[in-house]
Amino acid sequence: MDPKLLVTIILFGPLIGAITAGLFGRRIGDKAAMSVTTGFLFLSAALSWVVFTRWMAGAIEPFTQTYAPFIQVGDFVSNWSFRLDGLSAVMLVVVTTVSSLVHLYSWGYMAEDPDKPRFFAYLSLFTFAMLALISAADFMQLFFGWEGVGLASYLLIGFWFKKPTANAAAIKAFVVNRVGDFGFALGIMTVFWAFGSIQFAEVFPQAATGAARTWDFAGQNWDLMDLACALLFVGAMGKSAQFFLHTWLPDAMEGPTPVSALIHAATMVTAGVYMVCLLSPMFEYAPVAKNIVTVIGAVTALFAATVGLTQNDIKRVIAYSTCSQLGYMFFAAGVGAYQAAMFHLFTHAFFKALLFLGAGSVIHGMAHEQDMRRYGALMKFMPWTFGVMTVGTIAITGLGIPGLEWGFAGFYSKDAIIHAAYMAGGAGHPMGYFAFAVGILVAGLTAFYSWRVAFFTFNGHARWTSEDLEHHWHNRDHDHAAAHDDHAHAPVDEAHGDHGAHLPHESPWTMRVPLLVLAAGAIASGFLFHHQFIGAEQAEFWRGAIFHAPPAHGGAAHEAPEWLAWAPLVVSVIGLLVAAYMYIWREGLGAKLAAQRGPLYLFFYNKWFFDELYEATFVRAAKFLGDLFWKGGDQKVIDGLGPNGFAALSQRLGRGASRLQSGYVYHYAFVMLLGVLGLLSFALAIAAWG
Amino acid sequence: MTGLLSLITFAPLVGIAAILLLRFGVKPSGAGEPAAGAARWIALATTLAVFALSVVLVVQFNRADPGFQFVEDHAWFAGLHYRMGVDGISLLFVPLTAFLMPLCIVASWKTIENRVLEYMVAFLALEALVIGVFCSLDLILFYIFFEFSLVPMFLIIGVWGGKNRVYAAYKFFLYTLLGSVLMLAAILAMIGIAHTSSIPELMTFKFSPGLQIWLWLAFFASFAVKMPMWPVHTWLPDAHVEAPTAGSVILAGILLKLGGYGFMRFSLPMFPDASAHFAPLVFALSVIAIVYTSLVAFRQTDVKKLIAYSSVAHMGFVTMGIFSGNAVGEQGALYQMLSHGVISGALFLCVGVVYDRMHTREIAFYGGLVNRMPLYAAVFMLFTMGNVGLPGTSGFVGEILTMTGTYKASTWTAVIAASGVILSAVYALSLYRRVMFGEITNAKLASISDLDWRETAIFAPLVAATLILGVQPGLVFDITQASVDQLVAAYSAAIGG
Repeated sequence: MDPKLLVTIILFGPLIGAITAGLFGRRIGDKAAMSVTTGFLFLSAALSWVVFTRWMAGAIEPFTQTYAPFIQVGDFVSNWSFRLDGLSAVMLVVVTTVSSLVHLYSWGYMAEDPDKPRFFAYLSLFTFAMLALISAADFMQLFFGWEGVGLASYLLIGFWFKKPTANAAAIKAFVVNRVGDFGFALGIMTVFWAFGSIQFAEVFPQAATGAARTWDFAGQNWDLMDLACALLFVGAMGKSAQFFLHTWLPDAMEGPTPVSALIHAATMVTAGVYMVCLLSPMFEYAPVAKNIVTVIGAVTALFAATVGLTQNDIKRVIAYSTCSQLGYMFFAAGVGAYQAAMFHLFTHAFFKALLFLGAGSVIHGMAHEQDMRRYGALMKFMPWTFGVMTVGTIAITGLGIPGLEWGFAGFYSKDAIIHAAYMAGGAGHPMGYFAFAVGILVAGLTAFYSWRVAFFTFNGHARWTSEDLEHHWHNRDHDHAAAHDDHAHAPVDEAHGDHGAHLPHESPWTMRVPLLVLAAGAIASGFLFHHQFIGAEQAEFWRGAIFHAPPAHGGAAHEAPEWLAWAPLVVSVIGLLVAAYMYIWREGLGAKLAAQRGPLYLFFYNKWFFDELYEATFVRAAKFLGDLFWKGGDQKVIDGLGPNGFAALSQRLGRGASRLQSGYVYHYAFVMLLGVLGLLSFALAIAAWG
Repeated sequence: MTGLLSLITFAPLVGIAAILLLRFGVKPSGAGEPAAGAARWIALATTLAVFALSVVLVVQFNRADPGFQFVEDHAWFAGLHYRMGVDGISLLFVPLTAFLMPLCIVASWKTIENRVLEYMVAFLALEALVIGVFCSLDLILFYIFFEFSLVPMFLIIGVWGGKNRVYAAYKFFLYTLLGSVLMLAAILAMIGIAHTSSIPELMTFKFSPGLQIWLWLAFFASFAVKMPMWPVHTWLPDAHVEAPTAGSVILAGILLKLGGYGFMRFSLPMFPDASAHFAPLVFALSVIAIVYTSLVAFRQTDVKKLIAYSSVAHMGFVTMGIFSGNAVGEQGALYQMLSHGVISGALFLCVGVVYDRMHTREIAFYGGLVNRMPLYAAVFMLFTMGNVGLPGTSGFVGEILTMTGTYKASTWTAVIAASGVILSAVYALSLYRRVMFGEITNAKLASISDLDWRETAIFAPLVAATLILGVQPGLVFDITQASVDQLVAAYSAAIGG
């Protein structure tokens, strides 16, 4: 089939599903709405793999398919289009694969929710927006997809609209993303006026000449490319929850867990990384902006990992882990290793979606308990979940054997990033060694918190009782309206019927199948594709989608030392051992350490106090200024000096005028009419004589 | 087709005449008002007919011609002329007005129960006068329409308004009068100097730069109040709160656009030097409006006041775009006006839906409506997103273009305006949350009903307009482009840029 037709079906299938489920869900029923959306997603996923394999085989040339004009004013020209190149081909399979699996998983996870059509409509709408984002050929469609996924994220975080925390989290996500989009929009404007276009194909070739230009912005003179890229990167920081703009992502865990897997782990939050890679032709000429990207990425990787060490909510640990892994991708892009960034994006989608959906399976089996302190010894109750979670943990910690060149997914992609950072440092990138050091340290932290989740949940002694579980189900029975802790699930399946003890239970096949597929990806996606993404075949694979500026001075490429390949593995194993010591061999040690409430622990546990800081500054300032302008500015000053002052004055001057404010309304109409007529006749008289 | 503009402008008079016949044909009786039903139907039929005519107008409009079309010019008396005509800048306000009017009539179908005949007459008169404003090509004629359009609005607020309608009407009157007097003086001066009241001729007449300053300020006084710009905006929230729903729709949807239209029709082409001179002032007032009123909106406790303040913020984007002086900014400003006409009108109708049921606009009264009103929740969500300028809705196009256009003229202005985009999300989403989400805790809401078919019929065209204009803005730009390009070219040439 013609690839242009293929991508069109891939793009619009989810939209049709979303519209069908969203508008007619109540009429066609739950099953039909779920089938339509899931069906279109599996079609899109299948076709995406067709496109991807044909792309890898070199059977498809890059193209841009234009559907219709979008905004076209003078040179400000944007179209509705589909741009297929190496980058969008990768994103196609990532987005549609995870999305289709999440759709399927939600059949089980959301089985008892009364609003299934709405949920599936939102999921499909998200997928459409995400596909529009990755396939944009200009900044406007990119921005459309960018805010479109933000809308879907907002709707899905707040899906359980009765829950105040979910509503607050939804607004927070939208607003913080808007802060990012504020920079993004200004970046687009800068690009437009600097290059006279918002089309990628017209802007990119001008980037090299842009490097020599300066630009006036907000009273300062800047290097054009650094300014444009830094502004655009602010958008990426918002969407990808990077340091300063990360606060929304942990709160976004208020959404149903399938949403966390799809949007807040595998796809949407990686949009920022994708954007930086897509704009590599610009970033390559923006050395300062690249340094910013590197530093922000590295700091985020470290920050989120430290917070992740201490959290007890299973989803929050994984959320901070996502934040941290995104930091890896950014500093990879910052040091110019866009291919490694994209590779990690690709593998991370599999193992992080796996970890989230696995966590969802645990939560599902544990009557919606998310606090790991109430878990323990779940291995034998949920063997499948235990198995796939272990796979996911091995994948994220990057276990593998450097000598044999064989390992799980994270082994290839994360090590490639650490390697690239080291090499960049050697080649003179000012932030290279810093990023490298952070990358190594965080690899150890990652191993610790990831294994902590696994051991805390599946090993050791049970820290729950069947009464706890019964209590949960009981609450759910009698307070169904509030049954929105993590998802609206009523106690009807066999494991907690009216006979026998309430025990944790394994999830249905609709949830296990996606887990197994993702587990396969977490095992093999690195091994299978590293030649294409970062290896010998990368030139044919990317085919110009990623750009590298020729080095200014032909520095000799230095050799990587032998230990470099082993370093991440060593720290990772250390992290594993520490976690095993604290949570298996000396079970209870972790809780004891936490109970001491050391200053560092509290600092990490309270997420470096960012929420408190923002609450005390931005939120309070907005409220204060709003009240000040309203009650002080509008009511006291403007109205006081204006209409009210006038009324008071006229009252003092004479009684006749005082009736102005108290008289019958027709009087005003009449006075006004008279006034207008009087003025008008005066005007006509003048005009006639003049 | 000559005479089409006059036909559209004065067609509502036919409806008025029919209603007045009804008035004298049927014996006036108190509460029952047997003629009320007929008056409603007459008003609806009239406004629909006007809308149909406005569609004909758009279809017949020659998009390639930047000049005035459908021109009518008749000598009146004493050297005065009756001149009508539209170009790409004014044209689309005619269908916008004609589009919102029938929706207003339907929205008032059940809520207005006293003085129905007078109410319908007021709306039809308002329609005729407003369309007249956009179609006049003569200063005197423009002034007549411009000032008289306030009278029915004034009556709508004063007669059918809420408790504090007298104070609101007083404020409205005071602000407007001040602007009117100054503008009239300027008009007289212009006619005295140029010896013509023809707008096309005045657009090519070159006033001396010194004089332009004074004329610009006089027009500014009037248009700034109409927009309204900060700090002469405080009449608007009061007027909205007191106005009946349909009154708010027309006020926000159309009357606020008279100011923006005036800037594009008079200030920019006739006083280009003064416009360039004062652009920094306008930018400053615009961004103050955007940030200041967004923050004020955030703190409101009355739904209508919140939306009214958000209107002021959105009009800040318009004024900023107009005085950017480039095509991107002008197109964005025009687009923002059209889009805001649809979206703010729709938002006020959304408020009307719950006000009709509960008779309060207090935000704290509500909460959890989504549980009982899923369709309403979906509609309100769409317009909320339009209000925050989400791409895919019409609100986005105007915002991004006005900001882009302004960036060229002043990056600082664009930066501050862009921060308003964050603030709009804050106030709009928190309003939505407080009214719609959560559990229903107020027992009075326990049996509130979702949209009925009449309300659904009102919202359907507004939903369609918001989305279609959101993804196919070319439908508008095709019409406006030639005239805007000509305006910008003339402006740039005049200021030597």
